[in-house]
Amino acid sequence: MTELGLVASQLFNGISLGSILLLAALGLALSFGLMNVINMAHGELLMMGGYLAYLAYRMPVGPWRLPLALLLAAAGAALFGALLELTVVRRLYGRPLDTLLATWGVSLLMQQGARSLFGPVGVEVTAPDWLAGAIPLRSIGLPGVELPLVRLFIIAVAGVVLAGLALVLTRSRWGRLVRAVQEDRDMAEALGINSRRVDLVIFMIGTGVAGLAGAALALIAPVTPTVGQSYIVYAFLVVIVGGLGSLTGTAAAALAVGLLSAWLQVFTSVSLADVLLLVVVMAFIQVRPRGIVTRLSRALEEA
Amino acid sequence: MTNGPLLQVEHLTVSFDDFKAIDDLSLTLEPQSVRVLIGPNGAGKSTLLDAIIGRVRPSAGRIVLRGTDITRMPAHRIVRAGICRKFQTPGLLDSLTVYENLALADARGRGWRAALRTRPTRDQQVRTEQILQLTGLTAERHRPAGRLAHGQKQWLEIGMVVASDAELLLLDEPAAGMSHGEREQTADLVQRLTTRHSVLVIDHDMAFVERLRAPVSVLHMGRLLKEGTLQEVRQDPQVRAVYLGRADELECDCA
Amino acid sequence: MPRREFLVHLLVLGVLALGPWWLSPYNLSLLGRFLAMSILALGLTVVWGWGGFLSLGQGVFFGLGGYALAMNLKLAGLAPGDLPDFMVWSGLDHLPWWWAPFRHPVVALAAVVLVPAAVAGLFAWLVFHRRVRGVYFALLTQAFALALATLLISQQAYTGGFNGLTDYGPLFGVHLTDASAQTTLYAVTLGALCACYGLATWLSRSHFGRLLVAIRDGENRVRCLGYDTVPYKVAAFALAGAFAGVAGALFAAQVGVISPAMVGVVPSIEMLIWVAVGGRESLAGAVLGCLLVNFGKDWVSSAMPSVWLFVMGGLFIVVVTVLPQGIGGLLARRSAPGPAADAAPMTPEPAGP
Repeated sequence: MTELGLVASQLFNGISLGSILLLAALGLALSFGLMNVINMAHGELLMMGGYLAYLAYRMPVGPWRLPLALLLAAAGAALFGALLELTVVRRLYGRPLDTLLATWGVSLLMQQGARSLFGPVGVEVTAPDWLAGAIPLRSIGLPGVELPLVRLFIIAVAGVVLAGLALVLTRSRWGRLVRAVQEDRDMAEALGINSRRVDLVIFMIGTGVAGLAGAALALIAPVTPTVGQSYIVYAFLVVIVGGLGSLTGTAAAALAVGLLSAWLQVFTSVSLADVLLLVVVMAFIQVRPRGIVTRLSRALEEA
Repeated sequence: MTNGPLLQVEHLTVSFDDFKAIDDLSLTLEPQSVRVLIGPNGAGKSTLLDAIIGRVRPSAGRIVLRGTDITRMPAHRIVRAGICRKFQTPGLLDSLTVYENLALADARGRGWRAALRTRPTRDQQVRTEQILQLTGLTAERHRPAGRLAHGQKQWLEIGMVVASDAELLLLDEPAAGMSHGEREQTADLVQRLTTRHSVLVIDHDMAFVERLRAPVSVLHMGRLLKEGTLQEVRQDPQVRAVYLGRADELECDCA
Repeated sequence: MPRREFLVHLLVLGVLALGPWWLSPYNLSLLGRFLAMSILALGLTVVWGWGGFLSLGQGVFFGLGGYALAMNLKLAGLAPGDLPDFMVWSGLDHLPWWWAPFRHPVVALAAVVLVPAAVAGLFAWLVFHRRVRGVYFALLTQAFALALATLLISQQAYTGGFNGLTDYGPLFGVHLTDASAQTTLYAVTLGALCACYGLATWLSRSHFGRLLVAIRDGENRVRCLGYDTVPYKVAAFALAGAFAGVAGALFAAQVGVISPAMVGVVPSIEMLIWVAVGGRESLAGAVLGCLLVNFGKDWVSSAMPSVWLFVMGGLFIVVVTVLPQGIGGLLARRSAPGPAADAAPMTPEPAGP
C-alpha cells in the first residue's frame, strides 16, 4: 500500500468510525441535550436493537430482512424507551446524576436479561449479499485500498438518521414544541404545551435511534450482552465535545473523534489511542469547556 | 476613604445574540449613597446587575470600582473587590440554618485557615450577632433557612450581602412579595445600611421607593432615560410615555 | 457528637475490633477487605453526598493506591538486579526507572496516599477550573476509569496486564499470607478506617464541610458570596482520591492481588451503590452500605451467580427513585454538615415530613 493509500484508508476508517460513533451518540445527545437525562442504558438499547435485528433475520421474509430488522429494532427500542421513561426517568427530572445511576441499574438488568435469553456468547447478523463486497480504489490510483460496502452503508444510515432528526427538529411543528420546552419549560407549559408528553416523545426518539443504530452496527460486529458497554463511554465523550443540545455539534464531534482515533492508531496501538483520546478531550475542554457548538444564554452558567 | 465615585459604569453594552439588553449605558454611584433603579419589565435592570457582578460578559464598555477595572473579573473576585448582590429569587442555602448562612457569607470565612475551623472566631461571632440584630432574625438563628417566612428570607439575604463586607450592595427587588408593613421595615433596613455601604436597589414598588428617599434612575430598553428625585422622574413626560397605560405604577398609593 | 451517638460508634468499633475472636477466618478476611473498601466509600460521601459532584472513576484511585503498594510487594524479596516474574516473561531486561523508587516500602506507602490524591486533584482542577458542569465531570471520570484500565491491560510488561500484580513478597520483612499477618492487617485496616472516619467527621463539622454542602446546593450563590469554589472542590476530590488509594492498598495487601478488574468503569460505578444504599450524606451510612452490599454480593453470587446483576440493577433503580437518602435517610441521624436530618436537598421536594 502506498503512503497515499494509507492516508486514504485511514481517512475512510476515521469517517466510518465517526459514523458509528454518531449513530451511538445521537440518541444520547437528544435525551441529554434536550431533557438533561443521562441515559446510561443507552448502550444496552443499542444491544437490544442488535438482538432484535438478529431475531428479524430469522424470519422468512427474504430480501426484506434488512429493512425489517432496522424497523423492528427502532420500534422495539422506542417502545422499551417509553416504558423506561414512564417508570423510571420521569421520576428523576432535574436530577441528572440520579438519572445516570438509575439507568445504570436498568443497563445491568438488560445485560443480565440478554445473557439469560441469548447466552453469553455473541450472535452474528450477516449482511445481505448486496452489502458483502467492497469498492476497490485501484482505478483511481490507490491500489490495496478497499471501501467495504457494509461500512458505506453504515455511513449512509448515520447520514440519513442525522438529516431526518435535523429535519424533524427544525421544520416540523413538533420540533418547535421540543425547542419551546427546551428553552423555557415553565413558559411552554403556560402556553398549554404538554411538556411531559414532549419529554416522552424525545426519549422515545432517542431510544428508537439507539435501536436502529444497534441493528446497523450488528452488521459489522457480533452482538453480545455487553456490546453496549464498548460504545457508551465514547458516545458520551462525543456528546461532551459536541456541546449540549446541538445535532451539528454532535455530528462534528463524532467525525472529529473518529478521524482522530483513526489517525492515532497509525502511530500507536489501539489501546494507547483510546488513552490519548481522553487526553485530547481533556485538553479540548480547556479551550472550549462548553463544546464545539455553544448557545448564548442569558447567564454565563446554569445549574 | 478616598474621594471620587465608588462605581462608574461606562458605555456598557450587553448583547444576547442580536438583542441589546444594555445599550451604551453609563452610570455613576457615590460612596455611602442609595440609588434606585426603576423601569418597565425588560428594561435591562437585572442584566445591568448581572454585568456588574460578572455573571454576564459585556460586549462593550467597562465597569470601574474605585478606579479598578472589574469588567472581566471572575465573580468571586468582584465580591472581594467590594460588590455583593442579592438576587431577585432568594438564593439561600436552604438546608443550612440562618446562622450558618450568615457565617458562610461572612468575609472572614474565606481562605483555608478559616475553612478548617470548626467554630467561628470570636470576631466572626460578634459580626454575625450584629447582622442578626440588624435584620431582626436573632430569634430565628437556628432555623433552617428553607423554613423561614418569605419576608424573613429576603432579610436574611440582605444580611448575607452585608456579611460579605462589600462596600457596594446590589439589591434586586428586596421588597418583592412583602406585606405593606414588611416593605416599610425593609426600606428602613436599607437606609440603615448606608452608614457603612452604598446600595443600588431595583424595585417596582413606588411606595417602597418613596420611603427610601433616594435618587432614582429610570432604565428603558437598555438605556438610561432619566435621573433625578422620584418626584422629578414621575413628572417627566418621557418617563410617563414609557409607562404609558401603566402610569399608575408610578404612583405610590397603588399598594 | 451527641453522647449517645458517640457510644453507638464506640460499641460498633468494639464489636469490629473483636472480629478475630468471633469470626471464622473466611468471614474475617471478607470483613477486612470490605472495611478497606468502606474507606473509599467515605471519600464518596465527601465528594458526592456533600459536594454533589459524582465520581464514576473512583476505581482509578483505588487502583493507583493498590498498584503503588503492590509494586513494592513485587520487588520485595527479590535479589538486586532481579526482575518481577511478569517482566521476565515479557522479555524486559531491566527495571523501568519509574518502578525503582517503589523498592523502598516507605516511598511506596507514601505513594499510596500521595499519588491518588495528586492525580485526583489535578484531574478535578483541569475539569473544574473551566467551570465544566458537574454532569460532564461524572462522564469524564468514567472515561478516565476506562482509559486507565485499558492502559493497565495493554502495558503487560510494565503492569502485569490483565492479571495485574499478584504473588507478593514480604512487607517490612513480614509475609502477608501468614495467619498472624492477616490479623495484623485486619487491625491496620480498622485503624485506618477509624482515622479516615475521624478526619471526615471533623471535616463535616468544619467551615469547609458546610461550604461543600453550600456548593452542592447553589454553587453560583457561593461564588457570589466571594468564594472561589474550585479549590474546595479540588481539595475534596483529592481527599476522596487519597481515601480510595488507602482502600486500594489495604485491599491489595489482604486479597493478594490488584488488577484492572478493580479499576475500570463497572467496578467504579458499583462503588456508588455502596454509598447510595447507606445514604449518600452519612459517613456511617457509607460504611454500613459498603458492608451490606458486599456481604450481600458474596452471599448471592455464591448461591445464585446469575441473579446478582439483577439484584444490583434493581438496587440502583430502587435506591435512587424511592430511597434517595438510603438507609441513613431512614435512620435520619445527623452526620452530614448542616442539619441534614430535616432536609433532603438532593430531591426537589423534602423527602420527610
